[in-house]
This record gives sequence, structure tokens and C-alpha cells, in this order.
Amino acid sequence: MTEEIIIAGFGGQGVLSMGKIMAYSAVMQDMEVSWMPSYGPEMRGGTANVMVIISDERISSPIIRNFDTAIILNQQSLDKFEESVKPGGMLIYDSNGITRHPERKDIKIYMVDAAEEAGRMKSPKTFNMIVLGGFLKVKPVIRLENVIKGLKKSLPERYHNLIPMNEKALERGMEIIREV
Amino acid sequence: MSQATGIKEIIKPENLVYKKTKVMTGKVLSYCPGCGHGTTHRILAEVIDEEGLQSETIGVSPVGCSVLLYEFLDIDWQEAAHGRAPALATAIKRLLPEKFVFTYQGDGDLAAIGTAETIHACNRGENIMIIFINNGIYGMTGGQMAPTTLPGMKSSTSPYGRDVKMMGNPLKMTDIVATLPGTYYVTRQSVHTPANVKKAKKAIRKAVQYQKLNRGTCFIEIVSNCPSGWKMTPVESNKWMEANMFPYYPLGDLKVPAEENPQKQTNPEKND
Amino acid sequence: MKGNEAVAEAAIRAGADGYFGYPITPQSEILEYLMEAKPHERTGMVVLQAESEVAAINMVYGGAACGKKVMTSSSSPGISLKQEGITYIAGAELPCLIVNVVRGGPGLGTIQPAQSDYFQATKGGGHGDYHLIVLAPSSVQEMADFVELSFELAFKYRNPVMMLSDGAIGQMMEKVWLKPQKERSKTVPEWATTGKPPTRERVIITSLDLDPHRQEKFNEKLVSKYNEIREKEVRFEELSCEDAEYIFVAYGTSARVCMKAIQLARAQGIKAGLLRPITLFPFPSKRLNELSGRARMMVSVEMSAGQMVEDVMLSVNGRIPVYHFGRMGGIVTTPEEVVDFLKSKI
Repeated sequence: MTEEIIIAGFGGQGVLSMGKIMAYSAVMQDMEVSWMPSYGPEMRGGTANVMVIISDERISSPIIRNFDTAIILNQQSLDKFEESVKPGGMLIYDSNGITRHPERKDIKIYMVDAAEEAGRMKSPKTFNMIVLGGFLKVKPVIRLENVIKGLKKSLPERYHNLIPMNEKALERGMEIIREV
Repeated sequence: MSQATGIKEIIKPENLVYKKTKVMTGKVLSYCPGCGHGTTHRILAEVIDEEGLQSETIGVSPVGCSVLLYEFLDIDWQEAAHGRAPALATAIKRLLPEKFVFTYQGDGDLAAIGTAETIHACNRGENIMIIFINNGIYGMTGGQMAPTTLPGMKSSTSPYGRDVKMMGNPLKMTDIVATLPGTYYVTRQSVHTPANVKKAKKAIRKAVQYQKLNRGTCFIEIVSNCPSGWKMTPVESNKWMEANMFPYYPLGDLKVPAEENPQKQTNPEKND
Repeated sequence: MKGNEAVAEAAIRAGADGYFGYPITPQSEILEYLMEAKPHERTGMVVLQAESEVAAINMVYGGAACGKKVMTSSSSPGISLKQEGITYIAGAELPCLIVNVVRGGPGLGTIQPAQSDYFQATKGGGHGDYHLIVLAPSSVQEMADFVELSFELAFKYRNPVMMLSDGAIGQMMEKVWLKPQKERSKTVPEWATTGKPPTRERVIITSLDLDPHRQEKFNEKLVSKYNEIREKEVRFEELSCEDAEYIFVAYGTSARVCMKAIQLARAQGIKAGLLRPITLFPFPSKRLNELSGRARMMVSVEMSAGQMVEDVMLSVNGRIPVYHFGRMGGIVTTPEEVVDFLKSKI
């Protein structure tokens, strides 16, 4: 099994950290993983993306052009990466701020209204965990228990009190994701 | 009594007034007659010997006239690239904090190409001694203008005299480093008279003592002559130095430890 | 763990005595990690942010001359500044590790990954006849593993070692197994400056010899050292080369891209393989020459205008066609592009 993923959105949306948690979680599940961020000026407020590859074999190229799954969190990223999803692949997006919705017919498209839900839950910072929950619902490549372990590993210890809230967000994401 | 017997009569331990310092290697110095480098080497070797530091010392030699300094003092040496001696010394002292570490640099090396290394080592307060030989000229490469060349002074690259409008002003590095919190002892000396040699040697000895206390950088400028570069006899060059160099680079302490002289630490003044 | 962080942690664990660096993207995490990890408390390792790359490499020079395991890291523009110190270190025959997390150039260029410093790394870099031993990690694991290997080689040959990485491997996170903490070495090499006891001659670390005949003897000594390194230290990895008709030659990130390209090519019935040089100096010339006896074509895939390709051509010596393919300016070649290029040449 190899899952090639891109997560793309604005800097500050938790794009890189969602990828990181995914990567750590996969390691907890004893899988091979690579996490390749865009870096540089993008880190400071522009667009940010990260390529995550999870596999049970040695990973070849960490930089790829076509993805099994694209997780899209803003319009620019949708415009840029919709075409990069492999035929038969999957695109997950948050419709918040989206004016032109995905149009491809040869891939599965899912919507997770995470920004709205995070607002409703009064914890905007768990936004990316809601999205991750949605992804894991439709692509259960990592078990939830390993995601919690991955969270523990990637969060500094002083933030471990936030894990239950993140867990709730993951579950909520699993509930609200729906195929378009 | 034959002549030979006469010399034997004289060469007796009780008649010995001056001898080669143990820490000098015995290699003949390569400097021009009358140059201040040789004297400075000698007093440095004497202090290392007298303080029993031969086995504890690592010196960093520069690029310039004293590039071959490592031939003359019988201690462990590292030869730095032009201007980089304070960077080497920084690492040596941090990795071997028990050792006595010093650099010996000319004005081109320390005050031009190595300005950044000098200022930052002093500013970090590295526990090293920096000996700065300032003769206002690039001696080794044949008398070109140095950062310390005086206004109007002739050199092979300022053949009509240093025009400060075009070539900038002489840099008083010692004054600059004295303002840095990392320096502990900053002084300007010379070695052109026996009295000055004594004072300069005392300054080096102080720096050795201070390094043991780990208080920061000790910086000793030696205003020196360059008879060949200045195109003068040794005696003329010393007179010229007194008349021209000393007014611009006045001798004396620029910064002394507060516990020794509280007034001077807070309000530096010249003592000569 | 990021590649850059792996270098930093591996350095502490390898018992490094000192790191001297200056921030530059995309490798600043090395210095940041070392400052955060407090190695002075863990092992006594000295970590210092220097005022410039020039100062940093000269601190490495000073530390190396004391017989210590010292290192620095930077990225392309910073490595150019370090060349002065590197040639002095090579000329003084001192061991050290220099990590270059390459970004695109020339000049300030880009901060994105590139492999455009191959010539600089493998052909000397600074002035004078000298070589660095150059290791090319292609994974975060190798970023960690090659730190200790670099120090071993550096001390074995008294020669500076460069790890030639790139922005992608530096910034990428992968699973990494770290070795347990090694103690810092207490042995002092006999060539190190430590203060001259009465029992030995003084040690002089220098690269200066004004006598041309002695200098030539020294140059000859260096040449024979480099020849010994060429003889004994060549390292490479082969993938699917047994039956390959077309062989990619690629290191670092490009090698990872080629691994994928092999899969894509073979799925289309093209027998492709990869020779991945792990040492760029010494270069696996002998092996490439052997392979050229049974392969039809070689493609040097590099994120440059074509640098390593010259060494591949020299190795193959005209026996089969050799091409260069690569993107520049911080663009990473994709596996699909590599396969398309190969197909266009078949």
C-alpha cells in the first residue's frame, strides 16, 4: 500500500502540522513515511503545501506530481492541484471561501466543512484535525489509536492537555465529511 | 695572557647578562634591521617562559610580515588565513579552555581584512590575548597602504600621501575594541626604547594573568616602525614614529580592569 | 524528523566536539536544533553562532587543528564564502565535516533545492589542488548516518569531508533510526596543537611552504592520498541494474526521483536501472565503466545544467551515449519527466 497525498492551503491553517501528525501517526503504525513541505516565504502567510507519502515499502521520490489524495483548503490550491489528482483518486476540500468548486468527474470528491464546524465547536485551532478526521473516514490508512499516538509525538508536552479536544475534532470530521 | 684566554675569562656564568630565551627557537629572525617584530617576539617568548606556559600555549600566527612567527617561538602554532586568527583562537579557547591562547596580527590582518573577526571575537569576550602590531603599512607585500596609514603618509599605493577624502581615514581599532563590553584589558604600547619594552612586557604579562581569570579579551596594540616600508634608517624610523604615529595612536591603557583602577574602567584616559 | 534536524542530533550522538555556523535557508534548522538541544549539557559539545560563514569555517579550522571533531553547515552562497577556510583546512590536512544543503544559484539564486554545487564540491572548490571527500545523502536516514561516517573518513585521511545534500532532503521529514549516544573522544591525535610538552617537538599547523620544491612534495603527497581514497572509499548503490538497458545516474533527491522513474519505466516495458553514487568524490567511475559494457545508454539526472554528467562521460569513455537531464532554479525533476526524457532518447 502506498498513499501519496498533498495538503494545500494558506499558511497558518495548520497545513504543515496536519501533514506532520499524519506522518508521525503512520510511523506509529510502523509504516514508511515522507513529509516534504514547501518552504521559504510561503511559511509566512502565503500558500503552504506539504506532500506526505505513506507506504509499507521504501519510499522512492518524496516529490511527486500526481497524488492519490489532495486535501485542499483554499481556492488557489484547488486551482493548482485539482488536475494533479490521479484518475480514480480523491479530492477533499473545505468549501469555505471556495468560489469555483471542483469539476473533475474521474475522481471522488468529498467536502468537509471544517472551518464552519471548528467555529461551531469554538476551537478554531482544531480546524485541521476536523479535516484529518474526514480524510481518515474515507481513507482509513491509519488507525485512530495511532493518530492519537502521533499527536502526542508531534505536540510539545505542554500541549498534551489539548489532545482530548483534538480527538473530538477528529471524530467530528469523520461525521461531517460527505461525498459531493 | 693570550686573547683566547681573555675571552674564556669573560664567558663565565656570573658574567652572563643576556641570553636567548628558552621559548625562542634559535632560528634567525627574518625581519629587517630595526623592526619592532623581533623585540615583541622576544618579550612574548620571555613571558611565556617566565610564566611556565610553554606546554600550555597555542599561538595563532597571521598573514603579513610575521607570517613565519611559528618558526621563531617554540610552542604549538596554528597558521591562520589573512585576518581570521581571532576565529581560530575562538574555537581553540572554547574547545581547550585550560590552554593559554593568543593571536599575533599586523594592521592589515587585524584592522582591514579581519575587522569582523576581530570585533566579534572582542565583542563575545573570547578569553584570548590579541597582540596587534601597528606599523601603518603592509610590510610583507612591499609597503602598500594599510588601514592605519596616517593621513598624508606615503606608501606604494598612496604614492602622493594618503588622501583621506579619497582613501578614508586611519582606523583606530584599539579605540573601537575598548568600547566593547567583551574586552577586559585594552592597551597601546611600543617597543622602541628599553623603558617601553619593559612596559609592553608588563602588559603582556597582565594579559596572561587575566586570561587565567576568564574575564574576556585582552587586546595589546604595539605601535611599531617599519624602516624598510617607511624608507628610513631604524633610528630615523623611531624618531618619525614618535613624532607622527604617537600623536595619532597615543600610548597608554585604554581600558583596565575595574578592580585595579575603577576610574579608568569607567573613564578611559591615556597615561603616557 | 527533518533531514537538517537529523544532522544536528546525529552530530551530538556521534560525539562531535564543536559546531560553528551561520544561519542561511534552507539549513538553519541545524543550528536552531543544536541550540535548542543544549549539547553542552549532554556531551560538552561547543555550539557557536559565528558572525559570518567566513568566521565559522575558520573556527572549524582552529578546532580541527586541536584534533577535535568539528563541523559547520551552510547552503550554497554560504559555502562559497567558506571556500577560503576549506582550502586552508585541506592544505593543513585537517579533518572536519562541512554540510552543504544546496539551493539554486548562481548568486543569491533561490532557496529551493538544487544540485548545482557538484563541481564546487567535487573538484576542489577553493584555490589549489585539493579534493574533499564528498558524501551525498539521499534520505533523512543517510543525513544522520553520514555524520559519523564523515568524521571517520575525515580522521582516517586527515581530510575535510563534505556532505552534499539539498534543500529537499534538508527540509523533508522521514522515519529515522538514530544511533545511541557515543562519548566524545578523549584521544588526542599526535598532529594536534594542544600546547607543547617538553617531550615532543612543537606542532605547527599551516598550509604555507615558501619553498616550491617542498610544496611540490606536499602536493604529491596529497595526490597519493586522493588516489588511495579513490581506491578504497568508493560507495554507491545499484537498483535494478542487473538487466537494465538504460541506467540513470543520480544522487541525493534526484536519485529518489529516479527510483520512482524506474518503476514507471518498467511498467511501460522499459528496462531502466539506477546507479546512485553515495560518494561523489571518489566517483564510482570503475563501476560505471563496467556497466557501460552491457547497458545501451546512461542518463545523468541532476538538478543542474549538467555537472555530474561530465564525470559519467569520463567513466563511460565514449562507449555508449550519455545524456544529461534535469531541472534547475530550485525545481525538482518529476519521475514522469525523467521517463519522458528517456523515451525521447530511445
